[in-house]
Amino acid sequence: MQEFLQQVLSGIASGGIYASLALALVLIYNAMGLVNFAQGEMAMFATFLAFTLIGRGMDYWIALPLTIAIAFVGGIVIQRVVIRPVERAPVLTLVIVTLGLATLINGLAGFFFGYLPRLFPSPFSVQTIDIFGAAASWQDLGVIAVSGVVLVLVFLMLQRTTVGLAMRAAAHNPEASRLLGIRVSWMLALGWGLASAVGAVSGIMVAPILYLEPNMMQTVIIYAFAAAVLGGIESPLGAVIGGLIVGVTVNLAGTYLPGVGGDLQLAVAFAIIIAVLVIRPNGLLGRRAMRRA
Amino acid sequence: MALLELDGVRAGYGQTRVLHGVSMSVGDGDVVALLGANGAGKTTTLRAITGGVRWDGIINFGGRSLRRATTEAIVRMGIAHVPEGRGVLTELTVEENLRLGAYLRRDGGGVAKDYDRVFGYFPILRERRKLSASTLSGGEQQMLALARALLMRPKLLLLDEPSLGLAPLVVRSIFEIIRAVNESDRVAVLLVEQNARIALELSSRAYVLEVGRVAVEGESATLKNQESVRRSYLGY
Repeated sequence: MQEFLQQVLSGIASGGIYASLALALVLIYNAMGLVNFAQGEMAMFATFLAFTLIGRGMDYWIALPLTIAIAFVGGIVIQRVVIRPVERAPVLTLVIVTLGLATLINGLAGFFFGYLPRLFPSPFSVQTIDIFGAAASWQDLGVIAVSGVVLVLVFLMLQRTTVGLAMRAAAHNPEASRLLGIRVSWMLALGWGLASAVGAVSGIMVAPILYLEPNMMQTVIIYAFAAAVLGGIESPLGAVIGGLIVGVTVNLAGTYLPGVGGDLQLAVAFAIIIAVLVIRPNGLLGRRAMRRA
Repeated sequence: MALLELDGVRAGYGQTRVLHGVSMSVGDGDVVALLGANGAGKTTTLRAITGGVRWDGIINFGGRSLRRATTEAIVRMGIAHVPEGRGVLTELTVEENLRLGAYLRRDGGGVAKDYDRVFGYFPILRERRKLSASTLSGGEQQMLALARALLMRPKLLLLDEPSLGLAPLVVRSIFEIIRAVNESDRVAVLLVEQNARIALELSSRAYVLEVGRVAVEGESATLKNQESVRRSYLGY
């Protein structure tokens, strides 16, 4: 029972990481009707920036918000420079552009920072604390707290502020939004900024667990895809719920299903994606079967 | 000088030209009806005004050319356009739709007063404010679209077929409110309608479009009684 609780808790911690990246995917899916395949690489690059800042002696708790801010601006710049010129292009063009972006960022990270896996510092101790008889690690609790705070902030921004409302409107119905005076193009750029910032958090949270190197996010993004698909690719709340379910499920499967272990956990994520697409293609919180053009 | 002026406006979609030189004007505080059969170019005229379709010719609003202005900029100059199909954001709640009507405004006190006013016109919207706009009936969505446009405090209101698909009683009450707003705030209205009878009652002047050109223009009262115009263009 204690081990079970421990596995659930550490599953929630991974789930928070997947939820952040899945939310980033959903934000951009809503803005351009397509998943951003470069999301993981953008997060990885931001994590290298945080690594560099911390390596130069900056305090972790200053480097974290600073990196998030840089990632936010970077996301906006990428949307303006790379995505905007092809905004009206067919979906396949956009797929290729974001795949190209992923390759480019991956290569740039390799060029600047090298391919040597690096130990990323964690501000949380590896000690454990007793919760209901289970030994919870401060590391897991810290990741849960940071992801939780970031996700709540994003939700407050989207749901409670006027700019968040305008972003949702612009994503759902650009034509009608323009007629209300909303600068749709900027709202989409803001969506990229927000996604990039949330993604950066997932990178920084996962780095102490995985070692930092240019390909670090390539498995994480699969879990995030699974989370986003499970939650309903258009639903931000679904992405978070999906992230937690995927995190816990994968962790429990790795511990208790014979033969899964650490190696086949990724297969569990794929199984979730396939099961959702077959049984409930709209995901848990996805409402509509079709999108109006 | 007229508030809105169109001169020789030509517009279309891709290779298909819809407007072949439309000239018209709307004065300050005027209600002008734009009539014509399906496909005559009524909706395209409105879309040209708010930059939703490529056009050439001259369109001036308040003496300023709209030539290079984006839709957002045109709306910010004081034109509220309730499009065909109403443009209600069905993923949002009624209240969120209304908040977006006041999106550009910075006068909090004035906005609060305007909320009271539109809820006075449309009490049903106050009742349903927390609900998703997708749960509203067609008539209620039209009310929401109109209420939202009024919250924008426009100088000019462009209405595209506000009567479409609505029960006669609802149409009646919506037109009463358009009249009341025009009279109390001097908001100019350019009204596209298939229902020529009710449009001519509300408006002071009217233009009849025929295949992308103005075929007839004049005082609404005169057009209403001209039998030849009624027969050939208005269909009643």
